[in-house]
Amino acid sequence: SCPKQKQHPEQKRKNAPGPAFLSHLPVTGHPDYIFPLVLTSATQELFCCRADVDVTGDEPHKLLRKEDILRDMKNRAAVSDFSPLKQAVLDYPEEELLLVFDQDFTYGQSFYLVLTAGAKEDILRPPPGMEEEEEEGDELLEVQKTPEPKPWLSLGSEREIQEESVTDTRPRVYKVSRVRRQFGAPVCFWDHSAGAMRGSYVECPSYQDKSFSLWRMEKENSVQAIPNTKSSSSQTLWKYPRNMCTQYEPRELEDEEKERLLQSADLKNFLNSVSARFELAIQQNEIMDVFLDDWRALGDEENVLGGKVDTHLKEYQSFTHTHYSTNKTISCLSWHPTVNGVIAVAVTENLSFEERINNSTRLLLNPSLILFWSFSDPINPQLLLECPDDIFCFEFCPSNPNIIAGGCMNGQVALWDISAHVDRLQGARGGGAARTSNADDTRDIAPPTVRYCAVSGVESGHRAPITDIQWLPETFEVSRTGTPLENKTLISVQIVTCAPDCCVMFWDLRAPRTVVNALTDTKPKPEEKTVENPYGVPSTFKHLDLTWKPLFRVHTHTHFSHSHSPSPTPPDKSVTVGDRPEPPDYGQLHLPSAKHQRQTDDISTKFYVGTEDGEVVYTDWKLEKDNDSGQLFSPKPTHCFRVHDCLVNTVSRSPFYLDIILTVGGWNFAIWKEGVMTGPLVLSACSQKRCSAGAWSLTRPGVMYIGKEDGNLEVWDLLEKTHEPSQIQSVTTFPITCIKPWTVSLKQQLLAVSDHQGTLHILQVPWMLRHPAANELSVSRYFEKEVEHLVYFEKRTEMREREKKQVEAEEQRRRMVRSSFSWWASLLDNICPKNICAGRN
Amino acid sequence: MFCVKAEVEETLKRIQSQKGVQAIIIVNAEGIPVKTTLDNSSTVQYAGLIHQLVMKARSTVRDIDPQNDLTFLRVRSKKNEIMIAPDKDYFLIVIQNPTE
Repeated sequence: SCPKQKQHPEQKRKNAPGPAFLSHLPVTGHPDYIFPLVLTSATQELFCCRADVDVTGDEPHKLLRKEDILRDMKNRAAVSDFSPLKQAVLDYPEEELLLVFDQDFTYGQSFYLVLTAGAKEDILRPPPGMEEEEEEGDELLEVQKTPEPKPWLSLGSEREIQEESVTDTRPRVYKVSRVRRQFGAPVCFWDHSAGAMRGSYVECPSYQDKSFSLWRMEKENSVQAIPNTKSSSSQTLWKYPRNMCTQYEPRELEDEEKERLLQSADLKNFLNSVSARFELAIQQNEIMDVFLDDWRALGDEENVLGGKVDTHLKEYQSFTHTHYSTNKTISCLSWHPTVNGVIAVAVTENLSFEERINNSTRLLLNPSLILFWSFSDPINPQLLLECPDDIFCFEFCPSNPNIIAGGCMNGQVALWDISAHVDRLQGARGGGAARTSNADDTRDIAPPTVRYCAVSGVESGHRAPITDIQWLPETFEVSRTGTPLENKTLISVQIVTCAPDCCVMFWDLRAPRTVVNALTDTKPKPEEKTVENPYGVPSTFKHLDLTWKPLFRVHTHTHFSHSHSPSPTPPDKSVTVGDRPEPPDYGQLHLPSAKHQRQTDDISTKFYVGTEDGEVVYTDWKLEKDNDSGQLFSPKPTHCFRVHDCLVNTVSRSPFYLDIILTVGGWNFAIWKEGVMTGPLVLSACSQKRCSAGAWSLTRPGVMYIGKEDGNLEVWDLLEKTHEPSQIQSVTTFPITCIKPWTVSLKQQLLAVSDHQGTLHILQVPWMLRHPAANELSVSRYFEKEVEHLVYFEKRTEMREREKKQVEAEEQRRRMVRSSFSWWASLLDNICPKNICAGRN
Repeated sequence: MFCVKAEVEETLKRIQSQKGVQAIIIVNAEGIPVKTTLDNSSTVQYAGLIHQLVMKARSTVRDIDPQNDLTFLRVRSKKNEIMIAPDKDYFLIVIQNPTE
């Protein structure tokens, strides 16, 4: 019986590549495992597959037994319908072959035989994948599933691609030919440019073939609408450039117009409506400043009650030398103005006058020195300056820091020029690394000694030790009569000295004019001398050496002791040293003729001097002419104040206020204001120990340092307390001789303190003492208040005087009345005493 | 007429007497000063510059909300404060130094 199988109407056949053994079959339009054949009716009856009887369109499958087919082929040999399939049937693995009735002649014949078992199975039992198709449609409506990647379904396209692609059908062949004799010889290849030789290659360039031109009939295009624009330009005729300018003024209303407006009711209404807002806003501003950052402002104020440790002056370094400064005192010290970290001290013998005389021979052998210390080397001084005698004071020249002027004990003024050794001083700062190769070891052993290059004449100088020396500022100079003149060269050339011989002398560094002056009998000394320079001294001041005379002297009747301060320059004339590229050469200067110099009127010629007895004298240095004799003489001092009990050792101006002066002497110190002549503004209370030195702070206007006899350093802060120092610190055990502050940088300020035993202490000023508080300028207000105080007292005294006078006048009058009355009475008595008695009788 | 002017003067004096006020300027709608307590050149400079500033500020406020209008403008600077009240026909400018 023939099994019947329902054929699915939409059956999909899986395409499987045909088995290899069927490749000998001709390639036709059917798969390899299908063999269409014609079955004669005899064969059909034999195998029970008559068309439309046993097999129909609905049931086209018929399974035929392999044995039957083979028997048929044997029986009928070539006539059998199955004869072309003999081999395939013999190779068929299974027992039954499938015959399919092809009603539609899909493969060209009415029957076909399926030659593989797999295909047979597939045809008979179609895979279950077909049945799911109906259900898919329902699911699509419910859920949109993300498409999952499905396996590739080949539809024959890879065969097409394979046919299209160009592949090598055989391996490439490279054929190289050579001349036979070169077989085996080494080959040499080189590069060859393809474009160089035309014939070395064959090219197939592309070209436009007209027969294949295509017309593009459809093209995609996009359109955007924009506003209408139009551009145009024009060319102007520009024959030549011409300057043009426009002058304008703002529009203004006429006065009548303004008047009219001011009187209009409109304006009035406007103002009325608007002024309330303004008042509100203005008052708001007054009540509180909303933009003030309180937090930041708070930080600036210092907590004065904070620990005292903050205000302690820390010891930074100290300098002393076993050989040079033992048993000696430091009389004066000065910071080098330009080289950082270099400080110079003058060491003097610590002997009284009598002892000096007794030891004079020894003293002559050991000359006095000025030592230069550098921070980099605390053991050895960098430079020594030899002095003719003990120096009590010296100063660097402000225009040229290589020139140093010093005043000696014997009244001479000495000058040094250290230009040759400046490199050493500057190099020493850098420490060991900066030492140049030409430094020899002797540098460590003995520092170079520079002898003074000029000294004033012994007879023409002071007759007492010079106690203070100052350079005149570079903006003005002084003539022979003391009138200040404009200094055209703008370098400091003049020095002022004072001494207890009642003289203040002005000296000029320049050579006098070589014109022979008939009045003086100085022999014009030849500038050049052959026998020269045994000490290797620079010849900068050769013209002055031993012949130097003061320009003029101010003679007063008081014994000057210490420090005086010439008036500073008016502020608008100050010149900074930095303006000059190189220091001036003092050797070449000459005194200008008096005619060419202009007198400057705005320099005050008055100055303060402190005396040995503790007086502070305010006097004028300009010499006046006596009308009778025509001689020049110095005027009497205008004011003289006795405030200190002992000699005044410091007179110094405040670096902030040009008219505030500090004087220190005896057991107290005083602050003066120039112009206020009634007395000192501030007079400190007498302290237990003598004050031996004083200095203003460089950054805080109300702070000053006072050195005491017992080695204590007192810091006075006028804004904090005025009756006692705000801080006392013990620096040394010997009396302090000199104090000088110096600002190294914004972050560091140093205070140099020298003592009586030859040690130089450098202290570091703490932040609190060098940083000005926010209200530091109220110091000026303090001084003004003090001035008012003094003025008030003066007025009070005047008033008292007046009152006293009045009272006395009253008294006088009363006495007079009484006396006149008694006189009359006595007169009457004398004339007629009896009358009265008679009358009575 | 006179009393109007006196009233105007009085109002101005009242504002002037407040602490810190440095100057008062009345400017008309075109930016031409009408009355001032400053010197002429400074007045003209202030009037011109502030007129432009007020125009800009006013247009800014009105662009954001057309029914709004500028009533008062305060410009605070390091040294002082400039207060401006605009109106249809005039502005009033007051310069105050508030920190003193």
